[in-house]
Amino acid sequence: MDGYFGSYVLVAALLAIGVAIVAGALLANRLLRPSRPTPDKLTTYECGVDPVGDGWAQSQVRYYVFTYLYVVFAVDAVFLFPWATVFDAPGYGLTTLVEMFVFLGFIALGIVYAWRKRVLTWT
Amino acid sequence: MMHLLAADPTLADFGKDPLWITIIKAVMLFVFLMLGVLFGVWFERKLISRMQHRYGPNRAGKFGLLQSVADGLKMGLKEDLFPRTVDKVLYLLAPVIMVVPAFLAFSIVPFAPMVNLFGVQTPLQLVDLPVAVLFMLAMGAVSVYGVVLAGWSSRSPYALLGGLRSAAQVVSYEIAMGLSFVAIFLFAGTLSTSEIVKAQEQTWFAVLLIPSFLIYVVCMFGEAARIPFDLPEGEGELVGGFQTEYSSSLKFALIMMGEYLHTFTASGIAVTLFLGGWRAPWPISLWDGANVGWLPVLWFFIKFVLTFSFIVWVRASLPRVRYDQLMALGWKVLIPVNLAWILLVAAVRNVVINEGDRMIGIGLGAVIVIGALAIWMRFDTVNQRRREARKAQVEAEFEELSKEPVAGGFPVPPLDLPHYHGVQHKEIPSGTN
Repeated sequence: MDGYFGSYVLVAALLAIGVAIVAGALLANRLLRPSRPTPDKLTTYECGVDPVGDGWAQSQVRYYVFTYLYVVFAVDAVFLFPWATVFDAPGYGLTTLVEMFVFLGFIALGIVYAWRKRVLTWT
Repeated sequence: MMHLLAADPTLADFGKDPLWITIIKAVMLFVFLMLGVLFGVWFERKLISRMQHRYGPNRAGKFGLLQSVADGLKMGLKEDLFPRTVDKVLYLLAPVIMVVPAFLAFSIVPFAPMVNLFGVQTPLQLVDLPVAVLFMLAMGAVSVYGVVLAGWSSRSPYALLGGLRSAAQVVSYEIAMGLSFVAIFLFAGTLSTSEIVKAQEQTWFAVLLIPSFLIYVVCMFGEAARIPFDLPEGEGELVGGFQTEYSSSLKFALIMMGEYLHTFTASGIAVTLFLGGWRAPWPISLWDGANVGWLPVLWFFIKFVLTFSFIVWVRASLPRVRYDQLMALGWKVLIPVNLAWILLVAAVRNVVINEGDRMIGIGLGAVIVIGALAIWMRFDTVNQRRREARKAQVEAEFEELSKEPVAGGFPVPPLDLPHYHGVQHKEIPSGTN
């Protein structure tokens, strides 16, 4: 359990333990719980009134615009985090700083554009 | 000196434990989290009850301490239903996807420095990675899948809407949260949690980087979907949001546990990254023995409980915000402010490190501040609204003018009343009908 990937092996092991515990709980629950389904019990609850129509409602596309924006900023974070760690190391001086400024400037243009196009305004 | 070195674990101290120590630490973490959820629920209910002038749970056990145990048992033994229309596989998997990453996210939180665990010197932290904080963020993001899948597989409009909302909300607040960590990385020079705690030996980052801390505190509620921002399950609007179709069974218990663990992770990360981790608070930290051995677990726990209590306190104090307000706050305030703040910190830090570039650094800082202010003035929501209102008002005035060409823009009495034109005014005497 040493070397660079040692910790990641540990994470994988932890994941396995977590899945095992949850699966065990669900299995025990399955063995212990009563099961007497009736048609009424198996109806979708929704808001307590008998469901009307298909279960999947159509909804506005504006939710997915945010995922676009998210991708932009997630990429931004992927570049920012490593930059932040080497920023003050010797050999990375003002140039590194200015480069990141330019990059963040472009990113900021993106959000300003979305703002101007009223993507961020809800109504 | 050796003593001090031993007290501050670094990334190099990890991955050296024997297997049995690792297993013991993993079990300890799981026990801590499970007990934490059981008594955290009790603690939150008790605290919020006192804030609302009621007693809260007080029947099961002394002070109602066993209330959560009773609830858990009930949920474990209760009949579980798969409604007829649900997607069975995803419906079952969604709670698992929510709860397992929540466990993993907590594994990077350091509880104490090097401790003596059954004769082995080991840092009291299960895992530390060179990208520990990123790992925590990633685990938070994976849980969103659970929420979205729960909403989608339920085949219920409210559940679907709740899932979508949750996806948009959590990704938005995750960005702001990630950006609020960047300033810390600039100072600590690493993403490893143990080394970030080490970097807070002199000053806590909550003091040094107050804007980052405040932004994190706001994002914490958005990311963990706690009350001012619990839109994914807003019961006033969406019945129960993404969890509507999960009757109170074990699957529901798993969902609740996942959310609780997210709150714990949010508190744990707040303590680790901003509040000095396991370090003793100021007056106590003057004592040399405060940060050695098992004692720091106590400091960590006190800070952790206080942070969690703060989250509960906010829940008792604030109403739920509207969804558009939530998104506007995230995208128009938190993220831009964060970006400007990062640039400012970087510029100042550059001045401190590279003495020679002082003028350029200060110039850059000034440019950032002025630029950020200019953008703010241009795009601020309030200003935008004011401008639009003004525009609409002018528009309305033009509209009115076009109806009354005579007025020419000045307030004059109406000029075409009948008697101006000499039309006979006919009076109706009283008594006639």
